[in-house]
Amino acid sequence: MTEQQNLPMITITLMGREHQVPAGLTIMTAIEHAGYKLVRGVGCRAGFCGACPTIFRKANDYKLYTALACQTLIEEGMNLVQIPFVPVSRKSYNLSEVEPSHNIVLRYYPEIARCVACNTCTRACPQNISVMDYIQAALRGDIARAAEISFDCIQCGICSTRCPADIKHYPVAQLVRRIYGTYILPRSSQLGKRVRELEKGLYQEEMATLTTMSLTDLRKLYEERTLEKVEFESKDQSALKELGTAQDPVDFQDDMQEYIEGVTN
Amino acid sequence: MQIAYYPGCTLKSSAQQYESSALAVLKALEIEPQEMKDWNCCGVVHALASDDIIHHVAPTRVFTQLQQQGSANVVTFCDMCYNSLAQANIFLKQEPQKCETINEFLESEHKYQGQIEILHLLPFLRDKVGFETLKKKVKHPLKGLRLFPYYGCKLLRPREIGIDDAEDPTILADLMHALGAEVIDDPLKIQCCGSHHVVDQQDIVVRQVEKIILRVQERGADAVVLSCPLCMFNFDSKQKQLLAPLPIFYFTQLICIALGLEKEALGLHYHRTNPLPLLQERQFLQVKQENML
Repeated sequence: MTEQQNLPMITITLMGREHQVPAGLTIMTAIEHAGYKLVRGVGCRAGFCGACPTIFRKANDYKLYTALACQTLIEEGMNLVQIPFVPVSRKSYNLSEVEPSHNIVLRYYPEIARCVACNTCTRACPQNISVMDYIQAALRGDIARAAEISFDCIQCGICSTRCPADIKHYPVAQLVRRIYGTYILPRSSQLGKRVRELEKGLYQEEMATLTTMSLTDLRKLYEERTLEKVEFESKDQSALKELGTAQDPVDFQDDMQEYIEGVTN
Repeated sequence: MQIAYYPGCTLKSSAQQYESSALAVLKALEIEPQEMKDWNCCGVVHALASDDIIHHVAPTRVFTQLQQQGSANVVTFCDMCYNSLAQANIFLKQEPQKCETINEFLESEHKYQGQIEILHLLPFLRDKVGFETLKKKVKHPLKGLRLFPYYGCKLLRPREIGIDDAEDPTILADLMHALGAEVIDDPLKIQCCGSHHVVDQQDIVVRQVEKIILRVQERGADAVVLSCPLCMFNFDSKQKQLLAPLPIFYFTQLICIALGLEKEALGLHYHRTNPLPLLQERQFLQVKQENML
């Protein structure tokens, strides 16, 4: 609170009423600072759950902006409201009966054919996803591309509030990713083999050794592991390439460690 | 030669044999079409109403993307895409104010001002490659094959974007001559196939298709050659009541056969009227039927 007292106060408009709040707050914390208790339009507070879509305008700017309230800082003159919930009806389907074909998405969500390519959905997306590109990919039956583009979707539904064609985007993305995962993504034969081996009780000794190893030795063992190269869609995919990137679980753990150390020091 | 390629949805769905055969032909001619990354719908015919600005956004976005990737021209195979894109392009050139409105709405870095040249594959082959060049590459002339070239409407009208004479087009006939085929010419070559009526008034399409097929059959045609995926769908699927339906081909499939390109590119298993008996009888295909269908 001491920090906040040093920050200049700025004026924002919440649902038509002006409030003085300290600069540097997120939209979500500013709403709470102003005395509101959020019971809808709030979730993980970390930009992952997609529960806090918000719409706002800025001073002297004609545009209507969209964002996640927990991820966006307030600005002087901001005029905003929370969207408690975006109604996005989802079709029910039995995934074992939904096979990838060029018109499969149209069968469940025919309204995607109404897309006029205005790209408003893409501009509205707080995750910077090319929403329109995945709708267009789904429209032409390119399930793999649609699944790839939409991968980072957190289903906040902002795209669907802005669409002039009334498209419900994220259930489309959900459907294509489910079809992709069920029918297109290659299965690992080795994984099944290894699971069966584990079920038979093989590797008990190795497991016992691992559980007694020190963290440093474990890490060394992990980093020296050998990986098999996999050929998929003519791309050379290898877990080695992921080493040191955000996809590498160990390095992600490192980030967490650094973060925790930073906080505790 | 490299050229930007705009496929359109139909070539990825119901006209896959058109895409595979056209790409095989271009490869054989040492042309490398570069498919645009994340292209969107051409806008279909919605864009034809001039005051309907929002429906001009789709084609404009295609042009902006092309400009952004540094392409001065683009080739498309689909007649509908060609027609929609070419008409939208003219609209944007003639209506600079509306073009500006769309540019502002798109908020793209590159404002579009009508510089992209839109090409259909047929005039591309005629003007940029040359039918003579194509003729020199023919290994198996389509000798004795009597073809009725059917044009439909999207290639020819309106006149401003027409690739040939709107009343008496010859481009398909010229191409078929270059491949060594015989051509049956008939005024019905520019009659409507029934178009989108296939969705809710199929009898209109059946009437058109039967009229045209019976007439050209009487005049000795073995098959119909065309370039429009919608005409293909209508002709290929609406001959069920005829005793002797005629096979329908995309011109690119016939080029593939004449040039002796790989059979996989033909995509004959997508056809609804079986083209195999004709091709086998005339020995244009030396493959057993079960391998093709």
